[in-house]
Amino acid sequence: MASILSLTTLQTALEVGAIYSLVALALFISFSILNIADLSTDGCYTLGFAVGATVTLAGHPFLALPAAMLAGVCSGFVTAMLQTKLGVESILAGIIVNTGLYTVNLAVMGWSSNLSIYGSDSLFSLAKGLSGAGWWVKWHELIVLAGILLVICLLVVFFFGTRLGLSIRATGDNADMVRASSINPSFTITVGLCLSNSLTALGGCLYGLLNKSCDINLGTGMVTVALASLVIGESLMGRGSIPRRVLGVVLGACLYRIIIAVAIGADVPTECFKLVSALIVAVAIATPQGRKLIALQRQKLAARKAGGAQKC
Amino acid sequence: MLTLNHISKTFNPGTVNEKKALEDVSLHLAPGDFVTIVGSNGAGKSTLFNAISGAFYVDQGSVELAGEDVTFKPEYKRSREMGRLFQDPMRGTAPHMTIEENLALAYLRTAKNQNAFFSRTTKAERQLFRDRLALLDMGLEDRMKQPVGLLSGGQRQALTLLMATLVAPKILMLDEHTAALDPGTADKVLALTRQIVERDHITTLMVTHNMNQALELGNRTLMMDSGHIVLDVSGEERAGMTVGDLLERFRAGAGKELDNDRILLSE
Repeated sequence: MASILSLTTLQTALEVGAIYSLVALALFISFSILNIADLSTDGCYTLGFAVGATVTLAGHPFLALPAAMLAGVCSGFVTAMLQTKLGVESILAGIIVNTGLYTVNLAVMGWSSNLSIYGSDSLFSLAKGLSGAGWWVKWHELIVLAGILLVICLLVVFFFGTRLGLSIRATGDNADMVRASSINPSFTITVGLCLSNSLTALGGCLYGLLNKSCDINLGTGMVTVALASLVIGESLMGRGSIPRRVLGVVLGACLYRIIIAVAIGADVPTECFKLVSALIVAVAIATPQGRKLIALQRQKLAARKAGGAQKC
Repeated sequence: MLTLNHISKTFNPGTVNEKKALEDVSLHLAPGDFVTIVGSNGAGKSTLFNAISGAFYVDQGSVELAGEDVTFKPEYKRSREMGRLFQDPMRGTAPHMTIEENLALAYLRTAKNQNAFFSRTTKAERQLFRDRLALLDMGLEDRMKQPVGLLSGGQRQALTLLMATLVAPKILMLDEHTAALDPGTADKVLALTRQIVERDHITTLMVTHNMNQALELGNRTLMMDSGHIVLDVSGEERAGMTVGDLLERFRAGAGKELDNDRILLSE
């Protein structure tokens, strides 16, 4: 195991896992809570990087995070307007925004297909400079990411206990009831999607800052990754209270990334990663059903034994 | 309390499926009126409720609630002053949220909570929810942290009734709200309905297919057929009526027999 998963790879896996957690949380809000398949994730993730990196290059390393989140909010707002005001099917609205974002992202990146922040002060380079201690230099990225993730998780948990949060949860659960409680479902959907996309963009921004350079295709496949994390999290922790589910999402994202790291360590060719991802998602979704099948077989076996005993 | 002025609604106008669901319906309810509505299949009972609640806007005519013209007020805004229960007990509550969370949402209708987006349920509110739940006498006050999906249909309908009346609405609409429940539970929910409506003097409209119930409950009975109100009885005239009289009057008003495959003529 040690040879497959060294401490360094585990560290990298957890760093990326923390970033994936943010995107998985975004899908948790749109997909699990609001019951809307928002497919603008890929474009929004890249948008977060493009805006974050541009602001960092302009000399505002801390402003990069809120700027990226604000860009995400705008993207979510457009998706929400398309569905609530213009009657576009939710899946289509996401795809349309995703397509449009490609050009927007190129424009933000100055019509270049990749962007590098090497040499400029970024969130991580400034954090690194805080202390010269060996452990800090080695672990500062993970600590900063974990800190941000913790704050976001606490905010999400708090938010879904407030009246607005409850209204958003009810919108995905029973829209009829929401209207009957004098809440406008269009409003709750809009707030939910803005929130969700701001987290996606934050994830993209942090990934870009961590890697120091990224290209326009950064976000491709992110929706699958986030969905996989979400599904793994739900098989792990079930559909209980909100804090439990948020924890599940984070664990799912980290676990997903660790499995990928193991696959890398086991010398699985890079070309096969998509297949590995697909397998992970399939296994994660099938796990609860598999458990039920095993339980049923056990029950049958026990019944047969009991029946046999009676005959004797 | 509620006034409908010559409202009409036609579905799929200009097509072969054109259906005049409501035709020139006028109705006035005094505060505290408890009106029962019976009618044949497709008579427009649910359409009437949808027109009042704002699920769609009427083609012609106007809707007034407590003196305010709400004809073009969207459903979610009208619902601040209206409560509505459907036949399906699943429609009124959010199954994956707890009893307390469901009640907290219903409590949003109070004016002071309308803009308090980031406020959380306070201790005093929790106590209020507990007290109200205790009135149902179903033990729900000790299960406030459980998801509503775990409750039985009758319990969910009782909870929906509580949510609709937690803040007394100006009008309460009950659309056969006990029809999907077993007889014992239906009686219980009906008793609760009567108790709450009397306590808060809520103006109520109730659709039922039980003819005895239609005469026994409330102070006024309407009969509907093909988008018209064909019979409207109240006061002494109603007090002396039997189910037989009611059917006779329906025949006279609609020009045909009452045709409803679910109607209950006796207990």
